[in-house]
Amino acid sequence: MAQYLVKRVLLAIVTIWLVATLTFSLMHLVPGGPFLAEKSPSAATLQALEEKYGLDKPVIVQYKNYIVNLIQGDMGESIKQRGRTVSDLIFTGFKVSARVGGIAILVAVSIGIPLGCIAALNRGKWLDNVIVLISTCGVAVPGFVVGTVLMIIFSVKLNLLPTYGLSSWKHYIMPVMSLAFYPTAYISRLMRSSMLEVMGQDYMRTARSKGLPQWKMLFKHALRNAVLPVITYLGPLLAYTLTGSFVVEKIFTIPGLGNAFISSITGRDYTMIMGTTIFLASLVILMNLIVDIAYKVIDPRIKLK
Amino acid sequence: MEKKNKLSLQLDVSDFLPADESEKQSLVVMRESVSFWRDGVRRFKKNKIAMTSLIVIIFIMFFAFVMPGIYPYSYEQQIRGSENLAPMEYSEKELALIEAGEDVFPHILGTDSLGRDTMVRLMYGSRISLLVGIVASVLVLIIGSLYGTIAGYFGGRVDMIMMRIVDIIYTVPDILIIILLMVTLKYPLQSLAANVPGFAWIDTIGVGLICIFIVFSLLYWVGMARIVRSQILTVKEMEYVTAAKALGSSHPKIIRKHLLPNVMGTLIVTTTLQIPSAMFTESFLSFIGIGVSAPMPSLGSMTALAIDGVYSYPYRLLAPALMISLIIFSFNLLGDGLRDAFDPKLKD
Repeated sequence: MAQYLVKRVLLAIVTIWLVATLTFSLMHLVPGGPFLAEKSPSAATLQALEEKYGLDKPVIVQYKNYIVNLIQGDMGESIKQRGRTVSDLIFTGFKVSARVGGIAILVAVSIGIPLGCIAALNRGKWLDNVIVLISTCGVAVPGFVVGTVLMIIFSVKLNLLPTYGLSSWKHYIMPVMSLAFYPTAYISRLMRSSMLEVMGQDYMRTARSKGLPQWKMLFKHALRNAVLPVITYLGPLLAYTLTGSFVVEKIFTIPGLGNAFISSITGRDYTMIMGTTIFLASLVILMNLIVDIAYKVIDPRIKLK
Repeated sequence: MEKKNKLSLQLDVSDFLPADESEKQSLVVMRESVSFWRDGVRRFKKNKIAMTSLIVIIFIMFFAFVMPGIYPYSYEQQIRGSENLAPMEYSEKELALIEAGEDVFPHILGTDSLGRDTMVRLMYGSRISLLVGIVASVLVLIIGSLYGTIAGYFGGRVDMIMMRIVDIIYTVPDILIIILLMVTLKYPLQSLAANVPGFAWIDTIGVGLICIFIVFSLLYWVGMARIVRSQILTVKEMEYVTAAKALGSSHPKIIRKHLLPNVMGTLIVTTTLQIPSAMFTESFLSFIGIGVSAPMPSLGSMTALAIDGVYSYPYRLLAPALMISLIIFSFNLLGDGLRDAFDPKLKD
């Protein structure tokens, strides 16, 4: 266990370092640095700017400063929004995104698992067919399509829900629905197939022959084992929710991190792009690490290598 | 000849007579032996859902690659006076032309705010989606299968190092790196196309598309490499590989002649399932505005443009949104069908 932990943590650290280095070197690929992206400033202004951001020093020194600052959590100032640090911007945006994304993940898990179970228990019947059909469609529809179709139905046609902002609970409905749609479909597919597999196991037959009541069989024996693949999906689910939030926050104009990231891309705000990339990448890598370790702790049958 | 003693070891002579014609006939195998491929194709043809999705895909390909050639409008053509038309609506100018007895081709899906015909843009958008999906998957197939084969075949330290690299790339959240690469690669590629002779083709294909191909081939091959490696690990222990080695075959020949053909089923299935995921990413990138460069339409960027006018022209969202969903849906079903037919082991 200890060896496995050390290995995984080391791998995570190496990956985060790699992402940081890649980000740094890619940003230096942009000719003229970050300031020449739009209208060109005068030579004097440029020099002053370069001195301020330390871009006049040799690359290796810049890299060292950058890594040292990064470890201290300092990602510099935003180029476009003067006077605000990147970490501050990320923090404000992330609070909003985490709330929407968290609700979406909860919704996806709490709808997807029961749906998958119901489908598996009614295998071959019409209920199963309907759920399979819906979930097959669900994994084929990109998030922005769900978001826009919801918007047409509930805002444009029915005029029921507001289209932008996050000021009341009503504002959360459409963003959460469009974020949770794909993962719900995916989880129910996953749950259905793993439930079917578990129900074919010997211990389920034993349980039935012992005369256990149906509910006890389902909750004590089947569900506990069938839910394991869903736990492994939680890591990728988080990554999906992040990218999904870029789209959803753009559609519904939510002041979250995704929206800030997209506008920093279109506005060529390089320090912000760098900071957000590293922050989100580290978040995903760490979550994957936690999920993997939790998975091995929960299921003692898995051998640690 | 009847044996006297049942326990006697005396042989029955009639058992050793040459077989006559009728006996030989009974041993001939009536059904032709079925090869792996034929068997797979037969199973695939029986699968109605997969066959339907194949037909839908062929139809969409015709729509995307052939139709624009015979369609009277082009994707960047801005028709003055025909802005913001509803489906099948004519502008005043065009009505006047029709009055004068001229043929005006209807705007089947209307036009956008710049007077561009939506139908033809939908065709080009689908073309971009299909191109990205197929080209990216082929790139992933080539890189991933080569990498996986080498790692699996040589094993030992080579395998260990190569797979650690894969592990690292696998844990990197790909979308973020793709966005980062898309943002930064544009400038070097543009200057390459403008300044270095021989690279002008970059502009004809479009910097955005090239960027997408580069980032896909940089990041998406790891899944393929893992699958191929695990397959190779089992196949390489087979007796025929040992036999080939004993007969002195070279490494490339064993990989080409013995290993790759045996993992072909897995390769085809994984590649087909890669296509929709590449399309997903492309439409996502175009939607947030860093994919294919304008004026070239993409289904993602068409949807993004339509959102701005969602209150006045909600129908404009439907065509690109439905199209991308239909394409991804059919490829998903086709991939599932191929998996059931050629690689039943892979089913989860």
